[in-house]
Parts: sequence; C-alpha cells; structure tokens
Amino acid sequence: MNSCGERLKNGIIDENPIFVLLLGMCPTLAVTTSAMNGIGMGLSTTAVLVMSNMLISMLRKIIPDSVRMPAFIVVVASFVTIVDFLMEGFTPSLYDSLGIYIPLIVVNCIILGRAESYASKNPVLPSIFDGLGMGLGFTVALIAIGLVREIIGAGQAFGYQILPLADEAAGTGGYVPVTVFILAPGAFLVLAVLAAIQNKVKINMEKKGKDASKIQSGCGSDCATCGGCGASAGKGKE
Amino acid sequence: MSENKLKVSSSPHIRSKMTSGNIMLMVTIALLPSAIFGVWNFGLSALIMLISTVVAAVLTEYIYEKLMHKKVTVGDFSAVVTGLLLGLNMPPTAPWWMGALGSVFGILVVKQLFGGLGQNFMNPALGARCFLLLSFTGPMTSFIYDGVTGPTPLAYVKEGAMDQIDTMNMLIGTIPGTIGETSVIAIIIGAIFLILMGVIDLRIPGTYIVTFVIFVGIFGHVAHPEIGFFDPQYITAHLCGGGLMLGAWFMATDYVTSPITPKGQYVYGIVLGILTGLFRIFGGSAEGVSYAIIISNLLVPLIEKVTLPKPFGKGGEK
Repeated sequence: MNSCGERLKNGIIDENPIFVLLLGMCPTLAVTTSAMNGIGMGLSTTAVLVMSNMLISMLRKIIPDSVRMPAFIVVVASFVTIVDFLMEGFTPSLYDSLGIYIPLIVVNCIILGRAESYASKNPVLPSIFDGLGMGLGFTVALIAIGLVREIIGAGQAFGYQILPLADEAAGTGGYVPVTVFILAPGAFLVLAVLAAIQNKVKINMEKKGKDASKIQSGCGSDCATCGGCGASAGKGKE
Repeated sequence: MSENKLKVSSSPHIRSKMTSGNIMLMVTIALLPSAIFGVWNFGLSALIMLISTVVAAVLTEYIYEKLMHKKVTVGDFSAVVTGLLLGLNMPPTAPWWMGALGSVFGILVVKQLFGGLGQNFMNPALGARCFLLLSFTGPMTSFIYDGVTGPTPLAYVKEGAMDQIDTMNMLIGTIPGTIGETSVIAIIIGAIFLILMGVIDLRIPGTYIVTFVIFVGIFGHVAHPEIGFFDPQYITAHLCGGGLMLGAWFMATDYVTSPITPKGQYVYGIVLGILTGLFRIFGGSAEGVSYAIIISNLLVPLIEKVTLPKPFGKGGEK
C-alpha cells in the first residue's frame, strides 16, 4: 500500500484529484484557458504539495491533533509564499496570467486534503511520493483540459497556431475558433466531458478486471503467467 | 354475457388526443409564416440556414439516440422545432455550418445529455443561440440588409435615435435582423393559430408583454430623458424590434421550460418582462430577449415550488 510507485499511480490515475476526486475545482475552471497555464498552475501546485506533504509528515508526531488545521495552513502558506515570489521573479508572464490563483494555492483543497488524509498519518517518503503523484495527476488533468480548450477555442496548442485561422479580409478559408471554449462555460463543458470519458474508461477497465479475475480463479493457484490480469483484477476489487 | 364488455384498467381513463408529436407539429406549422417571410425577405441564404439547422438538429437527435440505444424520438417533431427556432434566430448572413453547429450543441448538450425531451433545463434553441453568440460574436451580430451593413432598428432604439425608425417597416418586417424575428405580422399569425388550437394560452406571453411595456414605459424615460413616460412610438419600436415577439410567443411558452402552475406562469411572465427591459435599456447590447428567457428558464423549478397549488382538502383553517 505504501510503495512509492503505487502512490504515484494512485495520484495520477486511480484517484486523480480532478477527474475522480473533483477537488481543486476553482483553479481548474479558472486557469485552464491554455495548456501553458495548465502546466504552470499544475507544477507550482505540485511543488507546494510535495514540500508541504514532506514537512507535515515530518512534523506529524509533534503537531497536536486539536490545532492541526492551523498548523497545516501555516506550513502550506509558507511554501506558497516561496513559490509566489519565485514565479513573480522568474516567470513574470506566467505569473501575470495565473494572477490571484497562485496565492490561492494556500486554500487548494487538494493540498489540505492530502495533508489531512495522508501526510499526517504516514512516513516521510511515501508522503513525498503521494504529493508528487497527486500533483502530477493535477498537472496532467489541467494540461488535458487546457489543451482541449485551447485547440477548440483558439486553434492553438501550447501557444502555437496548429489550425490555420480563417482570414475574411484575405478571403482564405480556415478554422474559425469557437471562442466560448476559452470563456467560462467552456471550462465546465470540457471538464464534464473529460470526466465522463475518464469514468467510462474506468468502468470498462473494472469490467475487464472482473472478467480477468474469473479467468484467474479458473487457472487456480499457478498464476505466474497472468501477472497483468492480476494487476487489473486487483484494481477491480478496490 | 356482459363480461366481454367490461374492461378493468387503471387510471387515466380519459385521454386527450393531443400528443407531444401533435403539439410540436402545430408549433412547426405556426412557425412557417415567419420562416417563409424570412426566406422571401432575405433570400436564398436564409433558406439554406433554416434547412441546415433543422437537418442538423434531427440528425443529431437520431444519431445520439441510436448510439445510446434509446427510443428514437425524431418522429415527435421536437427536434424540428428546435432546429427551426434556432434557424429563425440566426442572422441570414452567418455561414450555414454555424447554424448546424448550434443545432448539434442545442440537441446534444442542452437537450439529450440532460435526458431528452421533457428533461431539458433550458430551451435548446436559445441555449444554442447563446452558445453561438458567445463563440462567434462578429458573424452573429452583423446584419446586412439589401447589401448594406447597418444597425438593427433596436440599436437605434437603444441610443434613443427615434427619428431613424420606421415603425411600419418593423411591423411588416422589411428591416435587418435575424431570419424569423423581423416580421411581427407573420409571428402574430402563427401565435393566433397556436392560441386557437389551444396549444398556448395568453398567460405567459400576455404577462411578459404587459410587464415589458410598463418597464420600458417608465425606464425608457429614465435612460433617455428626451423621451417621455410611455411614449407610444418608443414602446411600439421596442415591441416590434428584435426577438421579443418571437421569444414571447414561441420560446417563453415552451412546455418543458416554463412553469405549469397558472400562478407560476404569471410570475414567470413578470420575471421575463423585467429582465428583458433591464437588458435592453441598461445592458451592454441592444437585445436581451434570449438571455432573459434562459435565465427565467433556470428559475422555473423555484417558481413552481413556490406556486404549487394546494390539493383539495389540504390546508384550510389552522
């Protein structure tokens, strides 16, 4: 359960904070107007998440239970302040486009949630990997949402024009961007559709997992050859 | 001997001959005058737009229901009505694929994903129109009439430039605008047909229009002091311009997205009138009917909850 690789996979796929846990919706909906913003937001959150998980895990025997929330907030806020200043200094344009959402990482429910439910109960190393997995899962989800919105809404990917735009003045045909996707309603639409696809895939995998477990029970105890089925069956049981 | 004649069945015992399909067919017929006038007024591009929105709406519904293994409900004409209403709400100069995209959005996202006819939370045609309006603001708000790009009469009304307005043309419909909204006469013909057939009643559109007239009569003077209280020409221009008539008679009265309680229908009409007046006089753009109807659609469950009639025997003295 506590193996580091398992923690990574858990954060990115099984308990993806966006598509499965539906945590941290506020930055998800607000900053995913482009894939680049998604990367920036995702990685800064990951950095805070890894460091706060590490520190909280180290302090887990010292922090009294009754004041754990303020203690967590202080730890998280210090790291957010560091990240905030670093980004303002080194990536000013990204900092401008993310705006208020960088300081708001303090109250991001993914970070407080992981601190409360994992880091405060587990040793340091798994906590670090838990933070890393959750952060990467968050980043992957933000990039996916940002990419879809950017491609449909502006014909761009990571800031590069991949679909040539129609130019009415020059009379050339091309892609006409559906602007609503980089506006607020687009965030809800894309998030909902991606979460639905993710759920569908997960349900299909679980069905396959059950089928595999039947096969596995059929072949008895000697099951060294179907390690792959065993893994997916284990996932089905979760 | 009589046992063959006795039928035992559960209620309801008396059924109306009206089905969803009949009602939607009648709405389609009632929309035809506006559609025909639009095609006559704007030419071939309007016809192409109407065809593309209707075909896209019906096809989307059919394909979605086939893929999801649901009962195919294309035969009840509701998709035709949605497509037709969206087409009538499009400027004739917009490219046809824009209308088709709108139909796909309206049917797929607004209607089918929420459970199909009877479950949609807002009018699919208006949802699609607002989707297009947000996405393609330029093509959706540029109106070319007789080769001239110009503001709609409603834009003049908004500025208070009353000398630019010819009320007679607005009544007949020879003005720039979307395909189906320009001719008040054609819309009224369709509306009278629906009222005579008992498909719609006057509660919602009547309350809507009366509230709107009162609001505009008072606040038109506030926004433009040179126009007096209840200036007849100003009010007529507001009534005949833009999508108010089409919205009031055909979209606000949509069964699915309007209250079913009589009291609720009055409340709904009042909310519509106030919102439309608010958007038109104090809002950013000249037109506000579609947003007003959509917002009121969202309020419908709350309105119904408050105006639920008491069943016979309940309540009384306490």
